[in-house]
Amino acid sequence: MQAQALAAPPTVTAAPPKRAWLSPTNRRRLQNFRANGRGYWSFWIFMVLFVLSMFAELIANDRPIVASYKGEILFPVLVDYPEEKFGGFLATTDYRSSFIADEIEANGWMVWPPIRYSYLTVNSNIPHSAPTPPFWLMEPEQRCAGYALGDEDPACILGNLNWLGTDDQARDVVARIIYGFRVSVLFGLVLTIASAVIGVTAGAIQGYFGGWTDLLFQRFIEIWSSMPVLYILLIIAAILPPGFFVLLGIMLLFSWVGFVGIVRAEFLRARNFEYVNAARALGVGNWTIMFRHLLPNAMVATLTFLPFILSGSIATLTSLDFLGFGMPPGSPSLGEMIAQGKNNLQAPWLGLSAFFTMSIMLSLLIFVGEAIRDAFDPRKTFR
Amino acid sequence: MPSIPARPSGEPMTEPLLSVRDLSVAFHQGGNTSLAVDGVSFDIMPGEVVALVGESGSGKSVTANSVLRLLPYPSASHPSGEILFGGQDLLTAPEPVLRRVRGNQITMIFQEPMTSLNPLHTIEKQIGEILDLHQGMTGQAARARILELLNQVGIREPEKRLQAYPHQLSGGQRQRVMIAMALANRPKLLIADEPTTALDVTVQAQILDLLRRLKGEHGMSMLFITHDLGIVRKFADRVCVMTGGKIVESGNVEDVFVNPQHEYTRHLLASEPRGEPPAADLSKPVVMEGKDIRVWFPIKAGLMRKVVDHVKAVDGVSLSLRAGETLGVVGESGSGKTTLGLALARLISSQGRIAFIGNDIGEYSFRQMRPLRDRLQVVFQDPFGSLSPRMSVGEIIAEGLKVHERALSADERDARVCWALTEVGLDPETRWRYPHEFSGGQRQRIAIARAMVLKPRFVMLDEPTSALDMTVQAQVVDLLRDLQKKHDLAYLFISHDLKVVKALANHVIVMRTGKVVEEGPAEQIFRAPRQDYTKALMAAAFNLEAVETAAINQ
Repeated sequence: MQAQALAAPPTVTAAPPKRAWLSPTNRRRLQNFRANGRGYWSFWIFMVLFVLSMFAELIANDRPIVASYKGEILFPVLVDYPEEKFGGFLATTDYRSSFIADEIEANGWMVWPPIRYSYLTVNSNIPHSAPTPPFWLMEPEQRCAGYALGDEDPACILGNLNWLGTDDQARDVVARIIYGFRVSVLFGLVLTIASAVIGVTAGAIQGYFGGWTDLLFQRFIEIWSSMPVLYILLIIAAILPPGFFVLLGIMLLFSWVGFVGIVRAEFLRARNFEYVNAARALGVGNWTIMFRHLLPNAMVATLTFLPFILSGSIATLTSLDFLGFGMPPGSPSLGEMIAQGKNNLQAPWLGLSAFFTMSIMLSLLIFVGEAIRDAFDPRKTFR
Repeated sequence: MPSIPARPSGEPMTEPLLSVRDLSVAFHQGGNTSLAVDGVSFDIMPGEVVALVGESGSGKSVTANSVLRLLPYPSASHPSGEILFGGQDLLTAPEPVLRRVRGNQITMIFQEPMTSLNPLHTIEKQIGEILDLHQGMTGQAARARILELLNQVGIREPEKRLQAYPHQLSGGQRQRVMIAMALANRPKLLIADEPTTALDVTVQAQILDLLRRLKGEHGMSMLFITHDLGIVRKFADRVCVMTGGKIVESGNVEDVFVNPQHEYTRHLLASEPRGEPPAADLSKPVVMEGKDIRVWFPIKAGLMRKVVDHVKAVDGVSLSLRAGETLGVVGESGSGKTTLGLALARLISSQGRIAFIGNDIGEYSFRQMRPLRDRLQVVFQDPFGSLSPRMSVGEIIAEGLKVHERALSADERDARVCWALTEVGLDPETRWRYPHEFSGGQRQRIAIARAMVLKPRFVMLDEPTSALDMTVQAQVVDLLRDLQKKHDLAYLFISHDLKVVKALANHVIVMRTGKVVEEGPAEQIFRAPRQDYTKALMAAAFNLEAVETAAINQ
């Protein structure tokens, strides 16, 4: 080193050398995450399910994806065509009705999604009164008993059969699960991210400034978090019209508190680190210090926490739906399906489908959460 | 490699108490295997003190920890070697056998007395646990033995200390309690892993004194791990010099010190901080002046949090510092020297007038101070803690420029960063790397570059060398002196290490409990200290001798 000091300054290059996009610590974490086989596979399974559910309209829908009618290419999935286009009189077209279907087939073709039901579509050709069991539990001739020509009917195909049966309003269970999964996960994600932003900000301010700020805020949080959340949710939900964003707002009021504790502790610990003092001695402002020097420390704890908050949010939404205070009637919701299962014990496919969807979804998230937690644990060694 | 060092003739050939043969330690992480200790062999005779010396990372602590198998297995492993103690190989001994040896026949004291005692248990409970575990001693008998032990290790009024928690004791007292725990079962071998590194010089001298006395009384052997050659020379019978996981030289202390064979040993011996500070020039302008500076922390009590008393961390200190001059502030920990430095840098609030290049900054707010901060810089003690691990070296150094010289373009800023790195003797190419890729000495250079890039007039150096190895200390001292000469800097140099202060300071302030005990030109203070306290500090620092005086703390 001494020799370098005395030598002429080496030539200076402006461009940084190429380096990996992940720092060595993060590379080690990624490696640890991959080493946890269960968590790694859960992550990929969950991601595939999530991405697929984002395209739910192309998987389960009561209108064709693409259709050709009299030489014109139509996209019924994206565009609402009035029925008069095909010789009917309704404002929106019911592509499932045999009249429209025959008309289009006669003048062109249709490409249907694999499941020909949306979450609200009522199957008007059920063999007996709803709820009806999955088709593979019924005799072949009974499956299409609701159609005009029985199992000889051209509409009696796999896409029109109810793979997991129908609920008590004759809606397809698979379609409702796909859409319900999407709503649950989206709700959970938005709620988690929003509460993380609020919670981390609040915790950061508390931890960094300490003193009276911390004291007052901490008492406020104690009072706030001692409120019976579910009852307040019920009261507010009874006053305000139910809906995705109203529910989100109400639950956000209480869910951000979970992050404050860990972030505050992390900031309290780190604000006396020497590099924070060093930045202060350089004259760097408070907000810059919080963002550049302290937040990265708190992010590890926050990230570790995220999957668990996510699964918690999903469970809360489901329980509200179950009680009937959740999403507006008709929305695809797993909680509502559990409630239907409870009310229709003669139709176990309702309860079982909802149960398996919920438990698989939450288990996947917990496995991913565990893997993330282990990956960030510096003391954990994988052999 | 000398495996069995020659014993002095005349000594009877006895069985070694502990015999380490060809010991290797490997660590595995993420598929990589690194060899921390590579084929180390040494013996410890009954009643002998063997010192393992080396810089940090040389594998000396790992060697010591393998004796009792205290390493983080299974990520650590021993590819080769055996450790024979009383005819048994400790490396292959089953866990129950090992547990009987640990804390009973072989005991350890660690470097950090702050963390090696459990903060939730009283002193009595912690020492009592060991007695109960190995001797089944409880109740009155145990209490009597604990008092005896505390007396032995020189804790004053042990009866009153039995119910004390670790945080109620000073660092030196805690280390004494650790030693009492180590002695509780009259061990045959005591492993001391840098037992005095975290302590003040005066306390260090007392602890060394205590260990020497106890060794004589109990006739036990000691494996002493340190990086301080002064301690080795004073304390050990034999020494093994370690570097890069290997023992490069071993032998009697006198032989090794007088006639070092290996190049690395010679390098170590020659690496004490040397040189004299540049002479003070009285014609230079005064950069920093403090009048009657006081930092009092209120002690509040009662329901209304009324202020009942103050902790007088700094109590009426005056000083003045010219350009190109170094003011050394020395004292034990808790004497208020760092607080004084922080007050002068306006990082904590204080009373009294502080004048900095013509501004009366004593009352300035943080915002008012900001325009002045580029000329008033701080270098902190711990180079591992003072650099943000998530920023590259270039970003760390450029951070101050972004605040103070906003007009600079990215290229100009980059050029300044390169200049600063060159200035402290680092390759500018290193600015893309992250702090963890550097050694302690290099990190301290980066911290100095961060201060230098703003072209300051005054730099407060808060123990900048105390976390560094001896050889690196000397280099950093040389660097600081060169920079001072080149840029006419004023240094406030805070340290408890008088050797380093002697090499840098023109003027010295000796502080104790917030007050100035003695001050004057460095040369005079080091040659002829007037106060007992200063004399005790000098004796402890330069001769490792504990002076029996009421002037120093326990």
